[in-house]
Amino acid sequence: MRKVYTRPRLLKKVPFHYCPGCGHSIIHRLMTELIDEMHLEDRIIGIPPPGCSVFAYHYFDVDMAESAHGRGAAVATGIKRAFPEAIVFTYQGDGDLAAIGTAETIHAANRGERITAIFINNAVYGMTGGQMAPTTLSQQVTTTTPYGRDTGIEGYPIKMSEIVALVKGAVYIERTAVNSPANIRKTKKAIRKGFQAQIDNLGFSLIEILSPCPTNWRMNPLESWQWIDNEMIKEFPLGVIKDITGKTDAD
Amino acid sequence: MINKKLDRKADIQILDGNHAAALGAKLSRVQVIAAYPITPQSPVTESLSEFVEGGDLHAEYIAVESEHSAMAVCTSASLVGARTFTATSSHGLAYMHEMLHWVAGTRLPVVLACVNRAIGAPWNVQNDQQDSISQRDTGWIQIYARNNQEILDSVIQAYKIAESVYVPVMVCYDGYILSHTEMPVDVPSQGDVDRFLPPYKPHAILDPANPRNYNLVTLANPRVNADGILCHGYMEIRYLLQEALQKSRETIINVGQEFGKLFARSYANMFWEDRLDDAEIVIVAMGSLAMEATVAVDMLREEGHRVGVLSLRVFRPFPKDYLIEALSKARLIVVFDKNISYGSEGATCSEIKSALYGNRINAVIRNFIVGLGGRDVKAREIADAVRKSLPSLEEGGPNIEYPEWICHM
Repeated sequence: MRKVYTRPRLLKKVPFHYCPGCGHSIIHRLMTELIDEMHLEDRIIGIPPPGCSVFAYHYFDVDMAESAHGRGAAVATGIKRAFPEAIVFTYQGDGDLAAIGTAETIHAANRGERITAIFINNAVYGMTGGQMAPTTLSQQVTTTTPYGRDTGIEGYPIKMSEIVALVKGAVYIERTAVNSPANIRKTKKAIRKGFQAQIDNLGFSLIEILSPCPTNWRMNPLESWQWIDNEMIKEFPLGVIKDITGKTDAD
Repeated sequence: MINKKLDRKADIQILDGNHAAALGAKLSRVQVIAAYPITPQSPVTESLSEFVEGGDLHAEYIAVESEHSAMAVCTSASLVGARTFTATSSHGLAYMHEMLHWVAGTRLPVVLACVNRAIGAPWNVQNDQQDSISQRDTGWIQIYARNNQEILDSVIQAYKIAESVYVPVMVCYDGYILSHTEMPVDVPSQGDVDRFLPPYKPHAILDPANPRNYNLVTLANPRVNADGILCHGYMEIRYLLQEALQKSRETIINVGQEFGKLFARSYANMFWEDRLDDAEIVIVAMGSLAMEATVAVDMLREEGHRVGVLSLRVFRPFPKDYLIEALSKARLIVVFDKNISYGSEGATCSEIKSALYGNRINAVIRNFIVGLGGRDVKAREIADAVRKSLPSLEEGGPNIEYPEWICHM
């Protein structure tokens, strides 16, 4: 019998601490599969963030150095410039990359840093308990917008991928989701293209992944998958936002 | 003594420290709140946004993208005359560092609740006091609470102090130990707080009808400005901030006394005393650790040791002169620090030593570093540290490198 599916070799044999239905577990799996498939194991260095995925090092069997709140892209820059052979990725949430780390992200992209940002967007600050993030949808109820986000005073859901796409040094930007088998496969393809842009020394790549947070959304996992389809994707449409890599589809 | 004019006798609510802080800000009728969530402060932001969005507090709540911006918003809102509040912890406070200097330098009465948490690297979300101690030289008044009642009371007093001396105030309380632990808190009525704390009347604000400039380029020496007026140099402005901090001691005490008269909880001193009258051994601690120390004193008193606790309530300005009398009978002072000034010793220990210098108090001082990154500090461990220090009563200071650590090293 041929084995067609197995636990990724680079995913440590420990149970995930993430909540049931959380997208991190899926994305961790995709990334460790890819690192193996693309033979990056000996070159990859990850920069996990503060937030729920602060424990990424507990699951990825690769080099990792934690960064402080929002500093991911700057930390990755330091590693990449001093160690250009490395393939460097940041793993950041929206409360990080789209809030306290906005400046670092835009400027790393503008310098065309050869790094890949994996940007997990769940429309809230997850680990601190589901407060409004810059990405929170209009009228979305969070613990700091108990009556729904009022865009008149609390601003609009910020579209970081579209913003970063305007920056010349960014070469590949795609928004995906992990709320269906088809979207999960597309996410893996997108991350592969992000890594490839870096391997080809082309510039900054960013993969935004809409990811369910059933706990803070007060939903069950199925409802949270549906919520991504019914609500989140309207504000954050999926697809390639920028591709100047000049490559055809990685598959 | 309950003042007959009070609205009510007591309204005891079961509150955790974060809700006590939020309620303190609400009762102080803050007008602008800017905050970014961080563990373990986040529930403060949640409570306040609930108050604002529910219409219970008429304030602007700005969910900014970082703590640095939070303090920048507080600075400018205060500059146009608003009463402002923010809360943070650990990395958030560190990220604010630049703006902390800016607020104090502009002499703005901003109040900040610091939920004390360890700082990275390595990552840790649990309690110690390294975060606020690291900000001691920014020109802010620092008050430390031992329990949730003191958190609420201190936030209200902080506005009165800050708006009297034009120095910002940081109210610090231990993450989780207080922030997430519920205890009974007597919540004053809005009417009584209004009696104690009148609306903020700024001494100088940005007002287009009467143009002023703030935070100008200021050279070392006094210089004449565009209007021909001789203005302070940078050093004079720094001197005035130091003077304001020094003189704020009196204000802090007066405000504490006044609060005591109105609410029957006196804050008439800058530190708390527990059984110091006959104590030859004094434990010094700050924040919730002081409550643990009183339990240790119970244990040590049973063994016949004359021990008491001096609990620092105000760390900046440091109450040097006021401490001398309280420590005058001490022969052994055991200082417990939930912080470490690397390469030296615990910060409160240095302060105590400095306060005693030249005051003919021949006490031996021992310093223990405890509770970093949320390491539990048990009363038994405090008592053990005191017992371990007892030979110093006869032999003088230990011939070991300071400070000692209660950890597995």
